Amino acid sequence: MAVTQARAQVPGLDIRPADPEGDLASLTSLAILAARRWSPCVALSGEDGLFLDLSGTAHLFGGEAKMARHIVRLLARAGFTARIAIADTPGAAWALARYHGHCLCPPGEQARALAGLPTPALRIDEAAVELLKRLGVDRIGQLAALPRAPLTRRFGAATVLRLDQALGRIAEPLDPVTPPESIAVRQRFAEPIASAEAIEHWLGQLTPRLAAALEDEGLGVQALECIADRIDGVPQRIRIGLARPNRDPAHLLRLLKRRIEDVEPGYGIDAITLHVRRAAPLGPEPVVERLDEEAAPDIATLVDTLATRIGQDAMWRMRAVESDMPERSLARAPVLDPPIRSGERPKVDDVRQLDRSATLHPWHPAWPKPARLLRRPERLDHVIAELPDQPPRRFTWRGRPHQVIRADGPERVQGEWWKRDAERLSVRDYFRVEDEDGRRYWLFRAGDGERAVTGDLSWYLHGVFG
Amino acid sequence: MADPAVLKQLRESLKGLETGGFRRRPALPFGIPAIDSRLADEGLRLDALHEVAAGTSDMADDCAATLFLAGIAARAWGPVLWVVRRRDLFAPGLAQSGLDPKRLIYAEAKDDAELLAVMEEGLRHRGLGAVIGEAKRADMTATRRLQLAAEGGRTIALLMKRAAREGSDPIAMPSAAVTRWRVTCAPSTPLPVAGVGRPRWKLALARQKGGEGFETIVEACDATGRCALPPVMADRKAVAGGTAPRRAA
Repeated sequence: MAVTQARAQVPGLDIRPADPEGDLASLTSLAILAARRWSPCVALSGEDGLFLDLSGTAHLFGGEAKMARHIVRLLARAGFTARIAIADTPGAAWALARYHGHCLCPPGEQARALAGLPTPALRIDEAAVELLKRLGVDRIGQLAALPRAPLTRRFGAATVLRLDQALGRIAEPLDPVTPPESIAVRQRFAEPIASAEAIEHWLGQLTPRLAAALEDEGLGVQALECIADRIDGVPQRIRIGLARPNRDPAHLLRLLKRRIEDVEPGYGIDAITLHVRRAAPLGPEPVVERLDEEAAPDIATLVDTLATRIGQDAMWRMRAVESDMPERSLARAPVLDPPIRSGERPKVDDVRQLDRSATLHPWHPAWPKPARLLRRPERLDHVIAELPDQPPRRFTWRGRPHQVIRADGPERVQGEWWKRDAERLSVRDYFRVEDEDGRRYWLFRAGDGERAVTGDLSWYLHGVFG
Repeated sequence: MADPAVLKQLRESLKGLETGGFRRRPALPFGIPAIDSRLADEGLRLDALHEVAAGTSDMADDCAATLFLAGIAARAWGPVLWVVRRRDLFAPGLAQSGLDPKRLIYAEAKDDAELLAVMEEGLRHRGLGAVIGEAKRADMTATRRLQLAAEGGRTIALLMKRAAREGSDPIAMPSAAVTRWRVTCAPSTPLPVAGVGRPRWKLALARQKGGEGFETIVEACDATGRCALPPVMADRKAVAGGTAPRRAA
């Protein structure tokens, strides 16, 4: 059926393009989840199913029936509709799950359970199913009752193999998925250690091993956790984060060493483990070796070191934001790899294409801006100013009177009505004033001096020029 | 990976080949002969600590010192680390003094001890062009540490000193800084029309190692971080007449 036809029949139909690769990827991630949670041996079955080998794990979840219910409930919560059949052989389970529904086949009973199911449930090819149908064989029970020698001659070994696999006469090995293992290196001690020097020594032994393990995988660590197992069972943790993936043992050791004082050895430490909590691919990088000058070292190591000391949140860069309100014209950005503004390609018929002038920087270079901005504008007292657009003659800020000698302005800033409803009509008139001592301040008056809705004509000091 | 010894040898021979005797300047000049000639190193030494303080405790003088530092950092090379105690720096204003926001990294310290430690870390890294800190208390030991960390590198260490108490002089404390500056706002360049001209500062070199202090009026940093001497300085009479009543006031 064509999509348009389907749309015509069902209004509001949700149509999405098929995504087999995406489906397979999410099925694989589900298999990895199952392998971590329920059974060590999980295999993909086609593009819509999973095999879980429950041998020896069902009792951990309170028996097979309870486990099946548990899995169905958990998958339902994640948004999957699942059907589970449990049988002795993968073939029987496959058939029961797809052609029977939820079902728990008792041990050794698969022949009887499968007898009533149609032949496609055996995972045999369509030509064989068609031929069997013409011979009057619809059910697996009928097929199993046929003499084997003519069956093999007529349909080939594959059909008989599938039948035997389903009934448990031939083993069917599964190809399990292997969940990716997180990298960890561990050092146990014959005698518990308790001194900072000993911990430092062993961290120095562990970091090269960790670096080697990371190099094998082609990874660089982004978050590292060092766990020191204490004798009394209270683990001591050191967590470090790195701004960029790194696997330089000296750098890792330097970061860890700063935090050794956080470890309380108590009666002694049995073992130290370094766990990689987050890693990212780190390939070889080109080295620019210039002869005429020494290359400046990478900033990333400094950022890591400082972040370990003062925290990641205490370091930032500033980037420009397009906004007329001074306090909103800048935003914090991460220290490393500042995101370059994605150059959205304008459409072919975009009107803005006609504008050939260079884009203006949000911080206009010609309008003087203060060196420091107050966290929030501070109200001024005893302001004498002429309306509507003259700078103040005198004002008092923080209890000190200032007499204005020179002034520039007004620079009118309209409220950003498209961002905040409260600023729909508000206006600020900014003035740059200089007092009798040559001190320069950035003042503004709320309101344009003509219409009362734009502001109450109160004066504020917002920033200070040098 | 090339052998470091071989690389060093090649660098040496490259230096020998260069006829002009080019080498990276050890000091950062202001580009104003009247000031540079009076500095012991004909500029601010890159591998040293320099202190700047506001002339008074007023916030405007504090901002003048801020922009003076921003201008020096703007003329240095590479990224700049600014260790602050408060988050009130306004990046557009610093950008107008030549300090590009792409070059500037901010770090916030909880107290002066942490601030000095972060500065020292930045100086020892050698990958920064300038490290700026704003501290209230930095005694001889702390400044000596900073000076030692700066030595041998190309990172200029700039410490902005604030008064620990109202009325105390931050520059008067003993310090290991090579130069110590005091910046105060001065009336801006007069314009023939109404309005505020280019800002001016009263720049005083309170102390320097191996040289005398001096005091002068400069025009504030332009968009490339360069200060300038006011054009009227040539006409000494006008300056003397213009500043005397203000000093009295």
